[in-house]
Amino acid sequence: MKTVIEVGELTKDYNGFTAVDHISFEVEEGEIFGFLGPNGAGKTTTVRILTGVIKPTSGKVSIMGFDLRSESIKAKQIIGVVPELSNAYNELSAWNNLQFMADLYGVPKNHAKKRAEELLNKFNLYDRKDHKVKTFSKGMKQKLILAMSLMNDPEILFLDEPTSGLDVISARLIKDMVLELNKGGKTIFLTTHYMEEANELCSRVAIINHGKIAAIDAPEKLKMRIAGLEWVEVSFDMPVDASDLLDLSGVIDVRMSGDKLRLYTNEPGRTIYQLVDYSRSNNLEIVMLNTLTPTLEDVFIKLTEEKG
Amino acid sequence: MIDQLKRACAIAKKDIRIYYMKGPVVIFGILFPVFLFLAFVIGRDLTVDFLIAGLLSMTIFFTSMSITPVIAPTETQTRSLERLAAAPVSITTILLGDMLASVLFGIGISLVPIMVGMAIGVTVEHPFILAAGIVLAAFCFSAMGLIFSSTPTSMTSTVMMISTMVKFPLVFISGIFIPVGELPLWGQVLALASPLTYITDLCRYSFQGTNYYSILVDATALMIFFVIFMTVAIKLHGRSLPKRL
Repeated sequence: MKTVIEVGELTKDYNGFTAVDHISFEVEEGEIFGFLGPNGAGKTTTVRILTGVIKPTSGKVSIMGFDLRSESIKAKQIIGVVPELSNAYNELSAWNNLQFMADLYGVPKNHAKKRAEELLNKFNLYDRKDHKVKTFSKGMKQKLILAMSLMNDPEILFLDEPTSGLDVISARLIKDMVLELNKGGKTIFLTTHYMEEANELCSRVAIINHGKIAAIDAPEKLKMRIAGLEWVEVSFDMPVDASDLLDLSGVIDVRMSGDKLRLYTNEPGRTIYQLVDYSRSNNLEIVMLNTLTPTLEDVFIKLTEEKG
Repeated sequence: MIDQLKRACAIAKKDIRIYYMKGPVVIFGILFPVFLFLAFVIGRDLTVDFLIAGLLSMTIFFTSMSITPVIAPTETQTRSLERLAAAPVSITTILLGDMLASVLFGIGISLVPIMVGMAIGVTVEHPFILAAGIVLAAFCFSAMGLIFSSTPTSMTSTVMMISTMVKFPLVFISGIFIPVGELPLWGQVLALASPLTYITDLCRYSFQGTNYYSILVDATALMIFFVIFMTVAIKLHGRSLPKRL
């Protein structure tokens, strides 16, 4: 596998505050690489450095062999970017936004027209191509921004929170598109808050916390790191006092999760028996009972809490 | 180099579509200098060609600096700047694009006072010098506008306030209402520091055939101001861009 993104000892300081602290990692060709972290962990700063928007304080970034410091234009030419908070130009039509991107990336006119038509059709926006973007819904805007990032047919696509704030259908479409693009050979660098999204899409993830990389691995391998801990999720027909369940033997912690209670335990079988006894003695009916293994979210919480 | 120039043209096209092709912008670009000018000349016994020369230089000055200061703050606010910053273009290219749009706007609007002057019988004695002067001045003032837009804010009102504070004093020391030669000595020294002085002088020469400085001095001064403004703008935007994101 060819390394397409190489990051070495990357650091970014803002007036004494270190937002990114000597991080190093590599992304290989054809990967969907997830970059996860809590708010303020340094995700967006890292993406902005990798996409050449801001300069690092120190460290090295190489995109497809181009050093981002000395050859930033060449590096930017082969990437596509969906920034976290970026917008398309509201006063321009969808078509003009795409053509502007084509001009910025030096895409020849004829090719740009074909490409814009193809992308607008793919994202179900063709009928609205001549409408100003200010009339678009958030989902439509996000689809257009993704289409704009694909105008130059990039080798690597940087997506910073691409489904943030989108409805389920729009988010699904974006995720399907990410998978399709990856299948077509594109390397994807994905920043997301949604663990399920990272679990579903990414071949490897890096977890960043306080500017440092806490872990890098495949999602399933990361889950195995906390495999010793399991939990039982239960829901009763009536509200119960969580502290009662903390007294059950083997239960380490109890947390509310919507209308469910999550009991962290090292003896799930024994905990189930005790829950059945508890429901009988309190005249409660068990609506749902489930045993769960760690999710990527649990790994994320454990790693970010540990190193926090 | 050619690639970056083409991309600057694309940015200029975008700016024209978004910021300049608006009725109020065009009308303001014409009316504002006219009203300001009338406010200061009514009641004074001045010749028409003197008036038109002053009006023309003020029109280029105000129109070339009208939009450039607000593009970067507006794009910071609408969050489209990061996309531009991630594109394969340098800061110089972005600024060049913003400047080209402003230059075209400045040149276009400056035709209005020329046509008004010609309609009322004023003749342009040196049309080529006038054309060259307008182009030079449009570049110079557009680059000056870029300096104001480097303020790392998303509030256009802040930028407009700063630019107005600079623009108005310049109008009074540049020989528009009182010829430079009639200014007191301190006024003549101050006039040297204003780029508006030199385009006003060029306009007077083009319309009236009289000038205070030589044509070479006027053109050279405008070019020097342009180079200084552009260099400063590139440096300031290089520093302020990361702060905007």
